[in-house]
Amino acid sequence: MKFKIWAVCCLAILGMISSGMAQENADTANRATTASISPPAPPGNLEPKDTPDDNGHSITLGWSLSPDDGAGNKSVLGYKIFRSTNRDTGFVERGVSPSGSKEYVDMGGAIPEENDYMPNDTDYYYKLRAVTSDSTVYSETGVIGPTQTTGEWFNRGRTLVLVFVLIFAMVTVFFIRKARSGAELFVRRLAGIEAVDEAIGRATEMGKPILYVLGLGTASDIATIASFSILGRVAKKIAEYQTGLIVPCYDAIVMTVAQETVRTAFLDAGRPDAYNEDMVYYVTSNQFGYVAAVNGTMLRQMPATNIYMGTFFAESLLLAETGALAGSVQIAGTDQVAQIPFFVVACDYTLIGEELYAASAYLSREPILLGSLKAQDYGKAAVIALSIIGIIAAQFNWTWLVELFKSAN
Amino acid sequence: MKGSRSWGKIILFSMIALFLLSWVIKSGLLSGSQSPISIRDAFFITLAAFLTLAILSFLYKDNPYYKFAEHLFVGVSAAYWMCVGFWSTFVGNFIPRVSSTLAGFFGVPFKEFNVFYLAPLILGIMLLMRLSSKAGWIARWPLSFIVGTTAGLNLIRYLRSDFVSQVSNTFVPLLVDWKGIGPFFSTFSLSASGQFALSLTNWVIFVGTFCGLVYFFFSKEHKGFYGGASRLGIWVLMVTFGASFGYTVMGRVSLLVGRLTFLFQDWLGMIS
Repeated sequence: MKFKIWAVCCLAILGMISSGMAQENADTANRATTASISPPAPPGNLEPKDTPDDNGHSITLGWSLSPDDGAGNKSVLGYKIFRSTNRDTGFVERGVSPSGSKEYVDMGGAIPEENDYMPNDTDYYYKLRAVTSDSTVYSETGVIGPTQTTGEWFNRGRTLVLVFVLIFAMVTVFFIRKARSGAELFVRRLAGIEAVDEAIGRATEMGKPILYVLGLGTASDIATIASFSILGRVAKKIAEYQTGLIVPCYDAIVMTVAQETVRTAFLDAGRPDAYNEDMVYYVTSNQFGYVAAVNGTMLRQMPATNIYMGTFFAESLLLAETGALAGSVQIAGTDQVAQIPFFVVACDYTLIGEELYAASAYLSREPILLGSLKAQDYGKAAVIALSIIGIIAAQFNWTWLVELFKSAN
Repeated sequence: MKGSRSWGKIILFSMIALFLLSWVIKSGLLSGSQSPISIRDAFFITLAAFLTLAILSFLYKDNPYYKFAEHLFVGVSAAYWMCVGFWSTFVGNFIPRVSSTLAGFFGVPFKEFNVFYLAPLILGIMLLMRLSSKAGWIARWPLSFIVGTTAGLNLIRYLRSDFVSQVSNTFVPLLVDWKGIGPFFSTFSLSASGQFALSLTNWVIFVGTFCGLVYFFFSKEHKGFYGGASRLGIWVLMVTFGASFGYTVMGRVSLLVGRLTFLFQDWLGMIS
């Protein structure tokens, strides 16, 4: 028994000694490995330049690879970029670029309040460090600089966009002039818009008001601007027929514009006395608070017609379903692709995307709007033509056209 | 009428009693045990649950509980957004750049005088002129500025994101290096089927874009070739809308699950 205990103890001591020796051997081997890494050759030709075609606050660095990057002893794992506003001190690490890379964009903040603010017209000095698996073994370039960041007025990469803007503007002006000269510009029938007059008539017959919802967009959204035009037309008809109008608004500025639009429409209809400022009112700028209020209005005032025109988000189905529950005729139009399906299923008529923009021109027949609509149609024809050219170019691997469009993005 | 009013009172008092009972149980006062939730938290959880139920009661029909929740929601949110607008825009952004005295008064650090910040001040004052019956016309100028400027800026944004970007996405080859038309069926391989699938995808992109654009042509009556293409275009749009509908409904279901989780977990404690 004693022998067994002694034997176990001896084996345990031997095991401890051997494991300790093994650990020591491993440490020695690691040190040897560490010690075997020699500092790599530094990268060369470090060249910091102001990033072109931007608003400043950014410097692009280029360099040639270290001879030990992917070649030589292949010890370089990446490059660390350091920046300072002083040639001798204060270098701060700005980022790491992987091995094999030859460029890094050092982008700072553009506003003084930002932590990473990088003011323009300031001297910046750079140095580049080729790093290895051991953080203590590296090599650096010398300090290069000074380089300053400057903002440019024109982004040359967007020249294509400028060209399109100019062409589109010229075509638009051409058609506006043509419309003003009295030329008949054809616009096809839009079922959803033709239903508006019918719906106003129905509301008049029923003695019930019309609910007009401008959506959740701001006064600067294109869909909201188009909606103002339609509201003007609807309000004019309402003034003529002496029907009630309810316009609950989500945004204070939208409410102001809507009030002006309705007031002008009533004036144009020769019924300024019938205008009541309370027709257009502010509800709240909270999305679902707004929905709760409009839904309540629908069920309490039971409008004969609900018109939803503008920018809508998650509230589209909530509004349209409640309107359907109240038995109102519903006409909707939005450019929010994700919300169109909800209007399609819950409304009687839906203006899909661009039909909303076309509706204002169709209703008003104003030369400016008609001219713009014609120019848009020509824009669509241009898209088809460009697509066909692009497909041919892609088929024959002519990459220049794709590159040209990519550069404009 | 009198009967329905008394029924209404009974329901109201029952609701108040239920609310109080729920609050007491939630805060652990009834069992005497140490509840992990404070009395204040228990009150707010119970209130949130009752307001949720009040809003959901709209599914039955419009009722006083829904009206109460609706008016509370609208009033609180309108006041909240007004406060946010005042403290973040007016005090947080505007004052620190125009007046050190006012910055000191509101307890915000003065940053630097910036003359450009006077422009929104002037536009804002002009906008408020609409409250005057005589000078109301002045309010139209800032409105024109806001609408015109942002419409111009949006034109460039849309041209880049919707026009240039989407046009370049249609630059795809209609035949993706596919040489299997003749011997295709005899030498069918995974590579060939992949190329066939990619070619088909590219055809769908091209035909879908073309027909969709034709549908949105307003200068031509949809007859003949245009009629056929626009009908195909509306089919493409409806298929897209159907997919989008299903995807969004899934998101809405997850919102409902979130609300039910609140009721059954946070309020009733039925889910651990």
